[in-house]
Amino acid sequence: MSEQVQIIGRTREEMAKRLAQDIPNGSYVNLGIGIPELVTKFVPDGHTLIYHTENGLLGMGPSPEEGEGDLELINAGKRQVTANPGAAFFHHADSFSMIRGGHIDLCVLGAMQVSKSGDLANWSTGKPGAIPAVGGAMDLVAGVKSVFVITQHCTKHGDPKLVEKCTFPLTGVGVISRVYTDLAVIDITEQGFQLVELSPGVDFEYVQERTGAELLPIS
Amino acid sequence: MINKQVTSAAEAVKDVFDGATIMIGGFGEAGSPIELIHALIDQGAKDLTIASNNTGSGEVGLAALLKAERVSKIICSFPRTANSTVFPDLYNNGKIELELVPQGTLAERIRAGGAGIPAFFTPAAVGTPLAEGKETRLFNGQDYLMEHGLKADFAFIKGRVADTHGNIVYNKTARNFGPIMAMAAKVAIVQVNKVVEPGEIDPEAVVTPGIFVNRVVEVASPVFESQLVTAGVSYP
Repeated sequence: MSEQVQIIGRTREEMAKRLAQDIPNGSYVNLGIGIPELVTKFVPDGHTLIYHTENGLLGMGPSPEEGEGDLELINAGKRQVTANPGAAFFHHADSFSMIRGGHIDLCVLGAMQVSKSGDLANWSTGKPGAIPAVGGAMDLVAGVKSVFVITQHCTKHGDPKLVEKCTFPLTGVGVISRVYTDLAVIDITEQGFQLVELSPGVDFEYVQERTGAELLPIS
Repeated sequence: MINKQVTSAAEAVKDVFDGATIMIGGFGEAGSPIELIHALIDQGAKDLTIASNNTGSGEVGLAALLKAERVSKIICSFPRTANSTVFPDLYNNGKIELELVPQGTLAERIRAGGAGIPAFFTPAAVGTPLAEGKETRLFNGQDYLMEHGLKADFAFIKGRVADTHGNIVYNKTARNFGPIMAMAAKVAIVQVNKVVEPGEIDPEAVVTPGIFVNRVVEVASPVFESQLVTAGVSYP
């Protein structure tokens, strides 16, 4: 009695790999927690990216070998990391000057909702009893030159994450430029959600049915 | 002769008074001045306002100070912790006030407070619930929020090395809020692994100049939150 589970669209790794192709060589990049972290595994050969972590490190490297870490060398997700050759440490006001001052080229974040005008909700469900915690997300979306979202197209319950208007509390207004999901790559334009590319094996109608606003086809 | 070294963490925090505002450095456990916090728990000051990025882990350090109900208000960017129920319990029972501030705004408010800047405008949080009640102004076609500089009576900071003039060098990402909190507090107290004589730190390598630091105390082998939590320690 085995149930056939058919996976439609890209896996998390494939989403990260697809996004990694679009990051220009030499970019300064800040990656959020979760799927965004997978992007580091798929940087194309010959490309070098410099990773910023807002707790005070530029030139972040991978997790340390077992037993070689330092409890005071961590990333924004509070996990141990390493410092690559050429790395620099700095305090929080400098770190957020890099962010707010437009010095970081690209930020990749997860999302709870993205609206067709590029509003992002990713920090709170607004439910009573939930502990509100925002961290650096509002500063990142307000200051970084280009903000990409990488996320499943729908929630675990099947609700669209790409919507007409966010119902969760906002992180920023009109801040997202592009969304990478398991089903498609979609740009935020003045006209709304513009399809850039369908994932292999997915058709337009399938994506439109799972999107909470009009999806503009590739012209 | 200038000598800012004090003999113990207890000595360093002895004049913290009821109702004081204290900035506490650290991002997670990196840079958390846990020995100074534990000394403050022993000292007994209450009705404190704390500014810190997080709310501590388990029941040690900052979480232990909260659990002892010494803190009436916390100014914080990320009060949720995977391994501590101390803050959520206090918050949901109405026993602590939370001022939630975006992380970069928190940093800049502290920097501004220390730099003599009473307020500034930031693009962060415009159009979000955290902008409610705040003045917005248009610059170059974009909206910005007015935020106020933040000062404190005391700052508790963790460094790696200090000299007796109060010049500080930090360890990796434990630097985080230390340099700006030292600027913003009337009395900046720094625990370090080692205190050295003036001249032993290369002036080019000094991160926090001694003018911002009032007291240094040597804690040669500081403990870490995660180690205490793993060992099941609850302070006191």
